[in-house]
Amino acid sequence: MNYNVNEKGYYGEFGGAFIPEMLYPNVEELRQKYLKVMAEPEFQKEFNQLLKDYVGRPSPLYFAKRLSEKYNTKIYLKREDLNHTGAHKINNTIGQILMAKRLGKTRIIAETGAGQHGVATATVCALMGMECIVYMGEIDIARQAPNVARMKMLGAKVVPALSGSRTLKDATNEAIRDWINNPVNTHYIIGSAIGPHPYPDMVTRFQAVVSDEIKWQLKEQTGNENPDYLVACIGGGSNAAGTYYHYLHNPDVKLIAVEAAGLGVDSGESAATSVLGKEGIIHGCKTLLMQTKDGQITEPYSISAGLDYPGVGPMHAHLAKTGRAEFMAITDDDAMNAGLELCKLEGIIPAIETSHALAIFEQKTFKPDDVVVVSLSGRGDKDLQNYIEYFKI
Amino acid sequence: MNRIKAKLKEDKKLLSIYFTAGYPNINDTVSIIKDLEKNGVDMIEIGLPFSDPLADGPTIQDSSTQALKNGMTTEVLFNQLKDIRKTVDIPLIIMGYFNPMFQYGVEAFCKTCKEIGIDGLIIPDLPVDVYHEEYQAIFEKFGLINVFLITPQTSDERIRFIDSISNGFIYMVSSASTTGAQSGFGDEQTAYFERIAKMNLKNPQIIGFGISNNDTFTQATKYAKGAIIGSAFVKHVTNEGITSISKFVKNILK
Ligand SMILES: Cc1ncc(COP(=O)(O)O)c(C=O)c1O
Repeated sequence: MNYNVNEKGYYGEFGGAFIPEMLYPNVEELRQKYLKVMAEPEFQKEFNQLLKDYVGRPSPLYFAKRLSEKYNTKIYLKREDLNHTGAHKINNTIGQILMAKRLGKTRIIAETGAGQHGVATATVCALMGMECIVYMGEIDIARQAPNVARMKMLGAKVVPALSGSRTLKDATNEAIRDWINNPVNTHYIIGSAIGPHPYPDMVTRFQAVVSDEIKWQLKEQTGNENPDYLVACIGGGSNAAGTYYHYLHNPDVKLIAVEAAGLGVDSGESAATSVLGKEGIIHGCKTLLMQTKDGQITEPYSISAGLDYPGVGPMHAHLAKTGRAEFMAITDDDAMNAGLELCKLEGIIPAIETSHALAIFEQKTFKPDDVVVVSLSGRGDKDLQNYIEYFKI
Repeated sequence: MNRIKAKLKEDKKLLSIYFTAGYPNINDTVSIIKDLEKNGVDMIEIGLPFSDPLADGPTIQDSSTQALKNGMTTEVLFNQLKDIRKTVDIPLIIMGYFNPMFQYGVEAFCKTCKEIGIDGLIIPDLPVDVYHEEYQAIFEKFGLINVFLITPQTSDERIRFIDSISNGFIYMVSSASTTGAQSGFGDEQTAYFERIAKMNLKNPQIIGFGISNNDTFTQATKYAKGAIIGSAFVKHVTNEGITSISKFVKNILK
C-alpha cells in the first residue's frame, strides 16, 4: 500500500485538484516546479539554515517522566511548541516563502484558524520583506486575540472572514477568492495538509523534518528509532503528516490521529471528520468532509480554533479509510483537562489543539514498555484566555 | 439538436442571465425563468446554490446563503423544474459547484437534467482534465453540454485543449476575478477579448463576470457571441424584487 501521493495527486481515492480554471495557472506552475525547487541544493541549504538558526531546530524530543508514570507507559513529547512563533506551523511557512520567492511572487496570502499559521506566515513575510494578508474567521479573531495582535505587529493585514461559520473554512474560502482576484503576483501559503494537489504533499514534505528528527532523537535516547505509537492532533493534518511521514511505510509503528469531538461526536457540535464525514470536495481536494446529504458543507465545532474544520487532509482520509491510522475523537472537556494536567505534571502549557492529542491517555491503555511519541504541536500562550475562562483561574 | 447549439446558430448577440435558484424566495424559480424568456433573454443559467461558492463574490454568495436558508436543495430544484419544458423554450443551463452533484451521483444528476430538459451545465470547480477523464462519457450519454471557463491567464495551448473538449460555447471570464468584482472594461480586457477572437476557436465564446449594463454588454458582444449577466441581475432582484425583470432586461438590450 502506498501512503504517499501518486503522480496524479491522489492518496488512494482522495486528493486531486478540483479548482476553478482561474486558479489553474498558479496551481499548475506550483505542481510542475515544487519538487524540482525543493531538490535544489541552494534551496535545501537555505531551508535547513533557517530552520536551524531562525526556528531553533532541531526541536527537543523530551521524555515526559511524570506523565509516563501516571499512565504507566513511556511518553515522549516532540517539542514543536519550542519553535520560534510557538508551533509546528513555521516549518511549512519557511519552506513556502522560499518557494514563493523562487516563483517570483511578491504578495503573500494565508488563512488561519488558531492564528498560529497566520503568525508563522506574517513572521516569514517580515523576514523576507513581503506583503502579507491573512484571512481569519470573525469568531477566531475573537477567541485568539493575542495572535491577531502578533500578526499586526509583524506587519500583516488581518482580514476578517464574515461568511458561513466565520471560522477556518470561511477564512480559507476568502483566501482562495483573493488568489482568484490576484493571480499573477500572489502566492497562497496554505497552512495545513489540505487544498488542491500539490499543496498537501508540499506541506507534508516541509513538515517531514519532524519525523526526520524523531528518528535520530529516539535512536539516540532509546537505541531504537521506531516508537510503538505516534500520536498527533488533526485539524487539516499538517503536524500529523510531518510526524508520520518517515514512518508511513513502517507497519511496526502505529499511528494515532486525534480529532476534535467538540461537545461529543453525536452532539451536532463536533469536528470529528473521520466519523461524521463522507467523501466530498472541499477547498480543491476530494477528501472526507462533513456535509449534508445534499452536499452542502456543514459547520463544524470545536473549542480549538485550529481543529475547527469540516474536512481533513486527503492523506489522512486515506490513512483512515485503509486503517493505517487509528482515529480517535476527543471532546472539549477532555482536551481542556489533559491540557491542564500537562501543566501540572510537566510544566508545559500546551495549545488547546495539542491538548486533544494528550487526552488519549485517559481513553486508551498502553503497555508499560510501549514507546509513545506525541507531537506537542504548539504552546498555549495564545489560549490563556480560554483556559482562564474554562477553569475560572 | 441541443437547444444551446441551435441558439448559438442564430444570427444575433445573445444575452444570458444567471440567477440563484431559491432566491429571493424558495418558489420564485419558475416565475423568474418564464419572465426572463418573455422579456427576450436568450439563455438562462439556473444557479444551484452551494454553501461555499469559491468563485463567487459577495452578491452571489449572499443569495446562495439565503437560498439554502429558504430550503433550496438539488431535489427541490429538480421538482420545481419538472414541467418547465411545457412552457419554456430557450436553453437552460444549471450552474453549480461539484460537491452537490457528486453527492447526488453524477450519472443520476445528468439523467435527471436530461429528463427535465436541461441543456447544459457549468461547474466551475470541475476542471476540464477531470471531466475529460472521468465524466465526459456520462455527459455525452445524456446529451448535456458542459461549459468550461477560460480567463486572461489561460495559456493558448490550454485554450485549444478546452476548445477541443467543448461542444457548445466557451465561457470567457472577463478578468481575473470572482463574480461581480468588475465595474467596467479597460484596455487590458479589450486586448484579451481581441486575442481570443483572433484564435478562431471552433466554439463560440460568451463573456461573463463584470457585465452589468448596456454599456458593458455592448462592449463584450463586440468581440463575442454573447454575454452573461449574474451579480447585477441578482442585485436587481434584491433591490426591486422579481416583478420588475422587464425593466432590467430592457435596460441591457436598449
Ligand atoms: C498548535 C496547533 N496544533 C495543531 C493545529 C492543527 O493543524 P494541523 O492539523 O495542520 O497540524 C494547529 C492549527 O492551527 C495548531 O495551531
